[in-house]
Amino acid sequence: MVLKIFFPQCCNRADSGLLVGRWISGHDSAVVLAVIHYPFIPGQVKQYVQQVGLSVLGSWSLPKEGQEGMESFLRDLSTIFPQQRWLQIRRQMGKTGFTCEVLNRDQSKTPPSFEEEKVIFVHYEQRKVMLSQLHPIESGDAKTDPPSELRQVFQTVALSQPLFFLDKYDDGPLKSTHWQSEGREASIIVELLKQASVPLCLLLSWLLSVWTWICSVRIFNFYPLRFLSTKLSTCVQLSYRTEHMKTLSSPKPAASHTQFMRKANMLVSVLVDVALGVLLMLWLYRDDHITMLANTLVPAADHVAKELDQLLQWLMGAPAGLKMNRALDQVLGRFFLYHIHLWISYIHLMSPFIEGILWYGGLSACLGLSFALSLLSDMVALFTFHIYCFYVYGARLYCLKIYGLSSLWRLFRGKKWNVLRQRVDSCSYDLDQLFIGTLLFTILLFLLPTTALYYLVFTLLRLVVVLFQGVLHLSVDFINSFPLFAVGLRICRSYRLAEGVKFRVLCDEPGVALHLLMEINPLKVSTVVQTYQTPTYSCYPRDSWLALVKKLFVGELIYPWRHKTTKAD
Amino acid sequence: MMEDETFTDISGKTISLDCQSHSSFCREFTVSSPKVSIGKVMVYTCSVWLLAYAAFFITQNTAVLSSAILITLVGMMFHIHFVKVDHESLLVIGSLGIQVSSSYASGREITTFIEMSKIKDIVINEAIYMHQIIYYLCVLLKDPSEPNAVSSVVPLFQVSQRLWVEEEVEVCRLRPGVIPSVLNFPAHLGRVRARKTTTKQP
Repeated sequence: MVLKIFFPQCCNRADSGLLVGRWISGHDSAVVLAVIHYPFIPGQVKQYVQQVGLSVLGSWSLPKEGQEGMESFLRDLSTIFPQQRWLQIRRQMGKTGFTCEVLNRDQSKTPPSFEEEKVIFVHYEQRKVMLSQLHPIESGDAKTDPPSELRQVFQTVALSQPLFFLDKYDDGPLKSTHWQSEGREASIIVELLKQASVPLCLLLSWLLSVWTWICSVRIFNFYPLRFLSTKLSTCVQLSYRTEHMKTLSSPKPAASHTQFMRKANMLVSVLVDVALGVLLMLWLYRDDHITMLANTLVPAADHVAKELDQLLQWLMGAPAGLKMNRALDQVLGRFFLYHIHLWISYIHLMSPFIEGILWYGGLSACLGLSFALSLLSDMVALFTFHIYCFYVYGARLYCLKIYGLSSLWRLFRGKKWNVLRQRVDSCSYDLDQLFIGTLLFTILLFLLPTTALYYLVFTLLRLVVVLFQGVLHLSVDFINSFPLFAVGLRICRSYRLAEGVKFRVLCDEPGVALHLLMEINPLKVSTVVQTYQTPTYSCYPRDSWLALVKKLFVGELIYPWRHKTTKAD
Repeated sequence: MMEDETFTDISGKTISLDCQSHSSFCREFTVSSPKVSIGKVMVYTCSVWLLAYAAFFITQNTAVLSSAILITLVGMMFHIHFVKVDHESLLVIGSLGIQVSSSYASGREITTFIEMSKIKDIVINEAIYMHQIIYYLCVLLKDPSEPNAVSSVVPLFQVSQRLWVEEEVEVCRLRPGVIPSVLNFPAHLGRVRARKTTTKQP
């Protein structure tokens, strides 16, 4: 069997001493974490090492000038620290290769004969492996197999963080070499933020409790308001962000890597959202853009109404050369024209207040760009309410007509729909039933083109509005769910998110053990986005294209975007 | 010991194999594809630009020329960065695992390391490709929940062989005791003639 020794790069030039680390159970490998230098008291070393749950692996010797007698001293150390296996690793200055001898406890009597157990030295960069997280992330509860060797190596290095922090400022009883032996690294800004975060979290949780108390006041629970609040995307977005803030405001630090990433992603996305919203606000409130918008809004609504007017006049004439049923045409056309007239009067009534509404609505952008977009989507829904009404009228009429036609067509052929058996059965009708049925069928059939045309036109208009709203919702969804922090981490500190490792052969001189360099293979950006996406109330098409077309053909009302609640999956 | 044989891939281009033994349990096999030939590059560029000049002559619009230049540049960069593979290598480390790496003409390297515990076996698999049967080396990976089933098949030296294989291929096991080797191709498989490049002896 080949023995694998994972050796940290920072200890390549360490002075002679004891190797501290851990044996990986199940595989023939050892992870070296630090080198403890002479002079040391064995009792203190044992205590120190047991404190962090590790063990002494063996001895390391890099003889400098004037230190010739260390060899035998280090060999004798194996008697003080009783181990199953004792590693003796030697290196000469100026040579790249290490030599290793293994003493097994059972045959410790025999001198270290050149049994030449095959050894591989895998060099790794300690700090990077310590901070890195191997993907796919395994949850700690139910594991069918023991973790693989690499995963165990990563876990060992990560769990030994306390080892490095015990040795601060060279004051401890033991001198050791590991990645922190140059001195503790920290950033002032990070420390300040950590100190400031606790009172901030408390403040945030207090604010949130006040807000939830306001929201749960009884008056808001009445049916119309509750129904409205589920339909308006602004309210949905508000409740979603409140959930996020609740997660963020808990003062406990994150327990696992996934929780940490989720919190960090939420925080970064909220901050970016607010920053973009503030930029939008700056643009809106400067140079009287609001007045400009308000002044273009009413003429735009007028223009849309005029176009609809013209469209209806065209339909009431002979659209595209088709011959309509005059009477029905006139009825439907006049009905819709009157609606438009009502709508335009309403808009003109509101026009003095529009600027005020826009001004206060623009303030909501300070909560975030997603709020501004949701508000825009709601306003579009409100301003095109008449198109929605027309679509519903047209669709209902068309739907009735289609059902009537299909039922009377069955009568025409002498069949009937059996509700009990849910199938079409033959049926014998009386003469008067047949007569009336055929008459109605003919009437409905000849009125079909008119209704179909009105239905077609208003469905198209409604689909345009739905598409526009869909684009807005998709962008809000993107802002909500895109894991900016994870992507930033992948670009700037790519070793933190590891998909695996890669090996490079460092030296392969004959007679010397094999040396490999283990580097971290970072995760692909697409996998990062997929793994760390924040789950949202995403809206996505409810039906496939085929089902949508079928519904359109039959005349059923379509609600193409479906909102997913965060609780359900 | 140099035998005079050349390797070819399934479309007839010459590829070369280099086999390096770092230690008794660590070997590296590198398959190199032919480099980009300057003649081909010149032919493509000249044809694109001639077409662009012809279009410019007809339409008298300089945007045609600039877009032709842009297209050529972007196309060349895309080709050397994403398409043209320089060499692929397989590093076998005893009791650690297998590392497969592809290196593109622009220097980009894609590396995958497969641990020993995940590998079920390495076999030579056969597939029917158009009118011929091709043999390729692949790694069978274990399914974590079912130790006896094969979860996926990873073909090796995929791009050098110009091979894109789906995973639902019939796996043909060799007889026990037979060691598949890249150098010693089965004798009855006709037309491949192999040339060994220098191997570094330990």
